[in-house]
Amino acid sequence: MSTLAGLGVAEDLERSERLAAMRSGELGSVHSWELVTAVDGPGTRLTVFLSGCPLRCLYCHNPDALAMKDGRPVTADELLARVARYVPVFRATGGGLTLSGGEVLMQPAFAARVLRGAKELGVHTTLDTSGFLGAHATDAMLDDTDLVLLDVKSGDPETYRRVTGRDLEPTFVFGRRLAAHGTRVWLRFVLVPGLTDDVDNVEKVVAYAAELERIRPGTVERVEVLPFHQMGRDKWRVLGRTYELEGTHPPTAELTERVRGQFRAHGLTTY
Amino acid sequence: MTTHATPVPQHLSQQGSADTAHEPAWEGFVDGPWRDGVDVRDFIQRNYTPYDGDSSFLAGPTERSTALWSRLTAMFPEEREKGVYDVDAATPSTITAHAPGYIDREHELVVGLQTDAPLKRAIMPNGGWRMVEGALETYGYPVDPVLRKVFTEYRKTHNQAVFDVYPPSVRAARSSHIVTGLPDAYGRGRIIGDYRRVALYGVDALVAAKKVDRVAMDMQPGTEAVLRDREENAEQLRALGELVEMAASYGCDVRRPAANAHEAVQWLYLAYLAAVKEQNGAAMSLGRTSTFLDVYLQRDLDAGVLTEEQAQELVDDFVIKLRIVRFLRTPEYDALFSGDPTWVTESIGGMGDDGRTLVTKNSFRFLQTLYNLGPAPEPNMTVFWTPSLPQGFKEFCAQVSIDTSAVQYESDDTIRAHWGDDAGIACCVSPMRIGKQMQFFGARVNVAKALLYAINGGRDEVTGAQVSPATAPVGDGVLDYDDVLARFDATLDWLAATYVEALNCIHWAHDRYAYERLEMALHDKDVLRTMACGIAGLSVAADSLSAIRYAQVTPVRDDRGIVVDYTIDGDFPTYGNDDDRADEIATWLVETFMAKVRQHPTYRDAVPTQSVLTITSNVVYGKATGNTPDGRRAGEPFAPGANPMNGRDTHGMLASALSVAKLPYDDAQDGISLTNTVVPAGLGREKGEQVTNLAGLLDAYFGSNGYHMNVNVLNRETLLDAMEHPEDYPQLTIRVSGYAVNFVRLTREQQLDVLSRTFHGAV
Repeated sequence: MSTLAGLGVAEDLERSERLAAMRSGELGSVHSWELVTAVDGPGTRLTVFLSGCPLRCLYCHNPDALAMKDGRPVTADELLARVARYVPVFRATGGGLTLSGGEVLMQPAFAARVLRGAKELGVHTTLDTSGFLGAHATDAMLDDTDLVLLDVKSGDPETYRRVTGRDLEPTFVFGRRLAAHGTRVWLRFVLVPGLTDDVDNVEKVVAYAAELERIRPGTVERVEVLPFHQMGRDKWRVLGRTYELEGTHPPTAELTERVRGQFRAHGLTTY
Repeated sequence: MTTHATPVPQHLSQQGSADTAHEPAWEGFVDGPWRDGVDVRDFIQRNYTPYDGDSSFLAGPTERSTALWSRLTAMFPEEREKGVYDVDAATPSTITAHAPGYIDREHELVVGLQTDAPLKRAIMPNGGWRMVEGALETYGYPVDPVLRKVFTEYRKTHNQAVFDVYPPSVRAARSSHIVTGLPDAYGRGRIIGDYRRVALYGVDALVAAKKVDRVAMDMQPGTEAVLRDREENAEQLRALGELVEMAASYGCDVRRPAANAHEAVQWLYLAYLAAVKEQNGAAMSLGRTSTFLDVYLQRDLDAGVLTEEQAQELVDDFVIKLRIVRFLRTPEYDALFSGDPTWVTESIGGMGDDGRTLVTKNSFRFLQTLYNLGPAPEPNMTVFWTPSLPQGFKEFCAQVSIDTSAVQYESDDTIRAHWGDDAGIACCVSPMRIGKQMQFFGARVNVAKALLYAINGGRDEVTGAQVSPATAPVGDGVLDYDDVLARFDATLDWLAATYVEALNCIHWAHDRYAYERLEMALHDKDVLRTMACGIAGLSVAADSLSAIRYAQVTPVRDDRGIVVDYTIDGDFPTYGNDDDRADEIATWLVETFMAKVRQHPTYRDAVPTQSVLTITSNVVYGKATGNTPDGRRAGEPFAPGANPMNGRDTHGMLASALSVAKLPYDDAQDGISLTNTVVPAGLGREKGEQVTNLAGLLDAYFGSNGYHMNVNVLNRETLLDAMEHPEDYPQLTIRVSGYAVNFVRLTREQQLDVLSRTFHGAV
């Protein structure tokens, strides 16, 4: 079944035309879209998953969106036509547009263009990102972003590297910039038993959240502790890639509550 | 837009029934045309109190209500175990056939049972003797040989009459399951008496009005149609007389209007009770009573003679009675309709033509029974939703849905525009003006199977029998969309003709041999009749056509030369993802079949309509249908109603719903049903957020021309556990295509089907 249902694909472009259009942000590589409620920001949202990601998270549940070539070419105008279609839905539910991935900031020009277009339609915008490529986001782009779902996958740099294969610092830098810029943040933390559940590791994320609150109180509107699940396992198998968390179980309710408690102890609204 | 052009009935005006100007029961009510003729809507409009507050005024259950309900719930396990609690096998039911019955006489506020004891079912042979005999044998009750002789030799039944007039083409279509679920062996139902009239006017005034009607009929020459009207009028008067007699046996004098809230509830219920003593209809809906009753409750509250707790207690007691309406049916019937449904549908809320909301405190009280007595499928709580409803009511509805899954929603704007602001739902999605309109229930045809007939030159893919007119079947190569479409179009021509023929036979026979005397006595003389056709398998047919159009579909034949399977190469858009390419096909099918139905003359000049609705009969239809070109395997259940096929709607619940919202109501005026299941986490992190988000989703759907939505809010784990431990979930209610059912009373197959449906939850 087509994951792009209803989105026209621009497949008749020459390679050079396509690359130029992607550089200018007229064209993006899109994996899929969905209308969801209460998961990717407030209200009912059009969540668009872009392809391509610089991280290689062990628990990735969208391993089929890791490479840019995994997506299909869709123009910003085509995507914005779908955003426009759902304006009444956003109005009725207090929702909006969420750009997710993959990693949205792999395609900063496209994302910026879509976010700008959404704002012109009066639509609430959300960016779901790891922050690793935060430097790619211009201030103008942040002006067009009402909310950032900032995925802080670990508080400890070593653990972060083990989980994602990358450095933690760019994420921290991006978050501080968001706070200074006045952009609201929902801070996310994926809880994986035996990988990210160490008390000290969690404490470091808590401390970071507290730091953002010091930069600008009210920045961290909520913290979402996301219990690891095995729903992505089959995708790894289908893709023929080695999946290192084969034997890992979802966290127990007790563990999840412990971690949420760590955040709550610092006065953070945590789910 | 609105069409409230119905002429004010002249019924009472000329004769001036009784001295209504000084009717003490109407003390304090605002005058209007309702005093001069039967016009309940006018009474409501002039006297009701819109309520735009929240639910904080509501009262919990009293000890008395709880104790009364407990007596019944203690009987339910035995009923579930045996299939029936008890049966009176010897007394064909009429309005007056049974002595008064009670649950607990000293402690009931609202009295009246279908037979002389609670949960004891009656036999109603006028619809068909075989259904009665089959049910009695199934449940181990003796079949009275005298009754058998009466209803097979002396007194013709509806069932016998239908088969006397069916042509062979209808019989063939029926036995191959392409036309199915027809009300030819049981009561058709889907007629709503305006039970409010008995409370407002009393039976004497209604009789007087019917006698005026008769004078007009007697002045016309006695053509067949006029003679039928006269006979029906006489039967209606007889039924009203029996209602008075039955009510008197419970100590109630319903000849006069109800004088207070308690009497209004009681009178209204007795009128409904008379209907369910007389008819075992496929749906015996209540109408739109809560706001009407609010006028009486509010008058007594204002006068200080009733407290909120007492008002709620009256409603709770009324609802207890509605919950124990029972009919004797066969297990095959129950498989088709899922459980043991009665569809005591009550329509709640909505807006009036003048822009005031029709939500009253009593709208809240009806929903509150789901807390006070616990969730239950009956009465079928149906909220008329529009974004302009008061916020407090919207939030209460959403909260009740999240807590009980026992509410369904219909588009108030669509229904009001077509049928005015005093319409109600019969069964699940069928709208009608109360007391002014009825339908000839027509079950449905299987359009997915029709597509297979088109491919196979009219032969049935399961039996091999030639059912529709023989044509050359498709060739061996990849199916050509235009070719298949042309064949399908011709098959639908045949199907529409055969179907309307079947319905004409059925309703002619039903009017003659199982006429709804009491229900029609509570209608105007001139009613609008609709011929309610329906289609099943819409999503399968639409996806199949989409596959043929957008992918490469090659037929596979068996040794009989019949196409029994398909190979599919390539992707194709599917209905249920807000993808216009697939949704246009579904829309085309709805429009096309309706246009074909409209070409045929109907019994009593009924206006043809169409529903896209199945109850859980989508399981039965799927079982009777072979492999389809969309990749669905033979026997696999269809999606219910207008739902997209299970698991193919991959872009979220609302995207799925927006596809359904594209189906044109003008070509499906009998309703378009959508069932959605969400887990609570799919609506929000906490209760307040879930309530807001669900209300927002309903606003979004109905604001986008959605017609109907069932909302199930539950966890998969809950259902799995309920399958293993049904005794722990006697009241677990889920909504399935327009109707709430007891999950533990579904067959295991139906339970698995419910489970396999998309759980639109965040993971």
